Formats: sequence, C-alpha cells, structure tokens
Amino acid sequence: MAEVTLVEAVNMALAKAMADDAEVLVFGEDVGLDGGVFRSTDGLLARFGAARVMDTPLAEGLIAGVAVGLAAQGFKPVAEIQFMGFIYPALDQIVSHASRMRNRTRGRLTCPMVMRAPFGGGIRAPEHHSESTEAMFAHIPGLRVVIPSSPSHAYGLLLASIRDPDPVIFLEPKRIYRAVREEVADDGRALPLDSCFTLREGGDVTLVTWGAMTMETLAAAETLADEGIGAEVIDVATLKPLDMDQILTSVQKTGRCVIVHEAALSGGWGAEIAARLAEEGLLSLLAPVQRVTGYDTVMPLLRLEQWYMPSEGRIVAAARRALEYA
Amino acid sequence: MSKPAAFDIPYTRFLDPEGRAIVPVPAFAQDASALIPDYRAMVLTRTYDAKAIALQRTGRLGTYASCLGQEAVSVGFGSVMQPGDVLLPTYREPGAQLLHGVTLVEMFLCWGGDERGHDFAGPREDFPVCIPVATQAPHATGVALAFKLRGEARAVVCCFGDGATSKGDIYEALNLAGVWQLPVLFMITNNQWAISVPREAQTATATLAQKAFAAGIPAEQVDGNDLIAMRHAAGQALEKARAGGGPHVIEALTYRLGDHTTADDATRYRDDESVSRHWKEEPIARLRRYLADAGVWSKGDEEALIAACAKEVDAAAETYLATPPEPPEAMFDHLYATLPPSLAKQRAALIEEAAALIAEAKGNG
Repeated sequence: MAEVTLVEAVNMALAKAMADDAEVLVFGEDVGLDGGVFRSTDGLLARFGAARVMDTPLAEGLIAGVAVGLAAQGFKPVAEIQFMGFIYPALDQIVSHASRMRNRTRGRLTCPMVMRAPFGGGIRAPEHHSESTEAMFAHIPGLRVVIPSSPSHAYGLLLASIRDPDPVIFLEPKRIYRAVREEVADDGRALPLDSCFTLREGGDVTLVTWGAMTMETLAAAETLADEGIGAEVIDVATLKPLDMDQILTSVQKTGRCVIVHEAALSGGWGAEIAARLAEEGLLSLLAPVQRVTGYDTVMPLLRLEQWYMPSEGRIVAAARRALEYA
Repeated sequence: MSKPAAFDIPYTRFLDPEGRAIVPVPAFAQDASALIPDYRAMVLTRTYDAKAIALQRTGRLGTYASCLGQEAVSVGFGSVMQPGDVLLPTYREPGAQLLHGVTLVEMFLCWGGDERGHDFAGPREDFPVCIPVATQAPHATGVALAFKLRGEARAVVCCFGDGATSKGDIYEALNLAGVWQLPVLFMITNNQWAISVPREAQTATATLAQKAFAAGIPAEQVDGNDLIAMRHAAGQALEKARAGGGPHVIEALTYRLGDHTTADDATRYRDDESVSRHWKEEPIARLRRYLADAGVWSKGDEEALIAACAKEVDAAAETYLATPPEPPEAMFDHLYATLPPSLAKQRAALIEEAAALIAEAKGNG
C-alpha cells in the first residue's frame, strides 16, 4: 500500500474511476499535459488519451455547461475549476441547470457530474486564490457538496462522488494537499456520501468542522485532552445533504458544540448547523453553540491571512467558553 | 498592407413577401406539394400559439411566450432535423419541438407549470425549453462533444435569439465548437427585439451572423420568413455537421409580431405602424400564396386545415386541462436519484400539511 498525499489520492481516484468506467471524462484548464496546476490530473492524459482528458478553452461557465451537456448524454464528466475563486462564472450553470435538470425533466435528463475545485486559504497565493464559499453551493437544492479532509477520504469520497448519479461539488482543501501522507489502498472502495465521520471520540465537547480545518481542530482536541477535556471531532464531509443525525447524537452526549470553518461567519454553513441544533437539539445543549470562523471581511491577502483563519488557539478558547457553562 | 483574413456572409431568400420565387428554388421545393407538410406544421404552430394565449388570458395557463410571426424559422430547421439529432430550444421554437416529437399536451403542461411537460415521451434526449437566456449554448457543445466522442453521425441544433448574442455564454460555446469542430448548428432567431430593446441597441455589428467569425465558424443570413430558405440553409448545415464538417451559424431574420410574453405590453416601446409593416412579410401567408400559385393548395384545403388544427389543438388543451397536478410531494421525488434522509423529513411534513389542508377544505365544503 502506498503512502500518498491528499492531492495524490485525488489523482489515484481519478485514474481508478477512469480505468473502471469508460464514460468518465476529465476536463478543465491545464489538466492535460500540465497535469493540473496542483498536479491532481498528472499522468491521466498519457494513460487515457486526449479523448478522455481534455484541456478546454479558458472559460469556467463553458466548462460547467459542457459538463451538463455531456452528463445529459450519459457521460460522467469530472470537470476541474482551477481555483474556487474562479468558480463564479460557473455558478449560473450549476445553480440554473446542473442542480435542476433531473427535477425539471422528472428524471428524463440527469446530471451525474463532478465539479472539482481546490479551495481555502493559507498557501500564500494571490487574491481570489483563497476562497471558502462552500455555503453558496450548500444552499442550493439538488446539489451535493463534498469536502475531504485526508488522503483516504479524498480517495474514497471522490470515487463515491464520481459514481453518484447526481451533481457533486467536490472541494479540495489545497492547504493540506501535501500536508500529510497516509496509506491509501487503490482498491476502488468508496466512502459513504451524506455521512459525517467521527475523527476522534470524546465526551465533553463536540467540535464540528470540515476540510483543512480538521487539522487545527484535531490539534485543539489534543490540547484539550491534555487538560482532561474529552473533545469529539466530527468531520462533516458532505455538507449538503447534511447528516445532522450524527452531530445531534454527539451533542446529546456532550451537551456542548463548537463549529469551526474557514469561511466567513454570517451565513456560513456553521449557521445552518447551529440553527438545526437549536431546532432539534436545544434540550441537549448545556451551553450556547460556539462558532470559530473567518471574519465577515474580505479574505485578506497573504500578509494578514493567518489572522483571518481560525487557529488552534481560537478553537481551544471556544471549547473552554462552552465548558464554562455548568 | 496584407489582409490576413476576410469574411463573407451570404444571404438567402427564395420567396419574396408576396410568395413569388425570385430565384430558382432548390430541388426539394421544386414539387411545391412537397412543402405542404411544412405548411401544415406552421399553421398548427400558430393555432397552438393562439390557443396558449387564450388559455393564459382566461387564467388556465401560466405566462406564455408567443412565437407569432416566427413559424417558418422553427418549422424550417425542424423539418430537416433527424430523429437522432438533439434540439436545445428557447421558448419560441414550438414548431421544431412538434416536428421533433414533442406533443402539444407536453407543451401545454410545460407552460401550465407542470414539470411532466418536460418529460418528453418522444425525443428523450431533447432539452426542455431553456429560460435563462444563452445558458443552453454550452450544453449544446457538451451534447455535440458526446456525439463526436462516440463517433455518431448526429447533429445538435442550439437555438437562441438576438439578445442572447450579447451574452458571453454564446461566444464561449461558439469558440469551443469552432476549436473542437463540434457538430452544432447555432440557430439565431433574430426577431429584432429582446423584450423592449431593439436589435440595433444590442450590438454595433452589421449582422449577428458575423459573431461566428470570431470563433472560426462559417455563418450566413437567411430570410427567416421564407420557409424554403430556412429549410435549405438548415438542411445543408445539419448535413455538414453530421458528416463531421463542424459547426455552422445561421442568423434567421424575422420579426416578433406579438408581445415578449403574455406579461408584456409591447405598445410601451414600439408603435403599431412598424408591427403592421412586418405583418406584410409574415411567413404563413407567404408560403400559402406560393402553394396556391403553384396550384397545390385551394381555399378548401385551407379551410380543412384550419379546422383540423383547431380540433387537434383543442383536444390537446382539453387533455392538459383534465390532467390533475402531481401530488405536492412530487417536488421532492426527482431532486436526487435517491431522496436523502434529511429531505425525507421535509417530504413527510409536506404530505401531512397537505392532507390536513385538503381535509379541512373538504370539511368546509
């Protein structure tokens, strides 16, 4: 079994999906000979040929629209948007068509496409390269929004997303593309969509997060453990549709919840989780739900970005605040 | 000074507004009786259009977009589409939809606000009417790419109007079709109006067809009120596309004789005089005169056709009106292939609420 990084696991899953299913096509900007700006499609052109690995003209709305057309014809398009900050021209196609085609035609035309995009800050990139606007997509009925947090999750969740019969926005936490190596078997086994993953068990406080923030959150749980506080860490993984049951079950046990995400506070996906806790888990809560998020500001450029992104310290402090309530 | 590129835009018209052939007609039209099915399709389209407006005015249909005056465009290209071709229509191509196998009942259901109207029993691969302007053009290239990848001799017809040519989606799709040589006919119906904005306020270019040249695609203009010209141009473009000859752009010049939709009042932005002038060029009277002059169409034929179309359209409208709506929970049932558990709760709540309201209404009744 190979030890791979998250971006290598993405590459492995793409290759596996293409080898298993001739209807899987990969396309986007610079995904061919260049292998993608992060190398996630490295080697696919050589292995599968130019009819299945296509460099498109530089037009994100087009890339999304072509995927809708191919998907209606029974292909399984896996389109790459180079950075989430450039996904907005594709939003019209995703919201107006990809998410609706099955419903609009009562199942006659469907949209089994995956749109992959690296997202999140912390890589010292120029403006527009550090976006975390997953909540925009999670708001849209008919979509799935899936975010892996490790190499094994990237492999298993991407395979599941490609095999899923409906459109999936697959957001890859690029800050941890190469942060850790993990043994991942290239066995074609998918992980379940629409399900949270409990990364660490604990009985005192529930920490809910996704993507790259699992790193800081797991570190915070470790620090809390040193203080004798048992933190349960839940990786949401599929933001939409949301598996609220696992979060509620955990909060019933701990009575306290801290939600951590990189995106701005207001209207972030943490707001939905907090609202659902208020609706369905209020009587389990021993303390107000805490949110540790980016600020309601524009994502700063690289000199200030570390001040914007939730730190381990902020997460630990929020957990302590939650524990102050007797 | 060198001249790295030069472009020509041919313009095709066979019939003048009086229905006289001004140049020899193509082979398919030399026996005028061969055009009768197209004439019937145009009259059926106009009958359907008038019925849809009448139903809307009496509260029995939702907002409707009329195609009055544009019948030769969509019947023209629709009559040369093959069953294996795929149509991506806007909201003014019922003529082509009918010819490609969509039923009148499905079209009434669609405008009546019932998604089942998009579940075409006939042309299973055709796209439903696309409401957001120009967004269907990238889909058309995706469908055409599917044909090319599978090596199938099929073509795509992508419809859009004059206003759509101002949107980036159109250029992006044209550009891809050009560089990848995809089998698409981009069918511009230039009806001179994008709701209230006239063609000349939309772009400084002399034609809309020439926008194809920026994408390396050949283009032409056609008299869109001349059925013979429409069928000729579209037939050639589709044959070329199916044979691997790449994309083509046709700009059909026509005129929107009606309002933008039943929610619009065109008298706010254009005068009756210009509309009356364009009535003199409308396509159905033009082809009828041609058929009559050729001796293949009589007054009796006309009366019989009008009666037959009215009967067919009325029967379809009755079927539509007699079709009960889907149950409320249908809004959940096609959102995903399998309903996620989180949505199952919302679906159950809706069923409960609906049952309670229906029971209450029955109690009050």
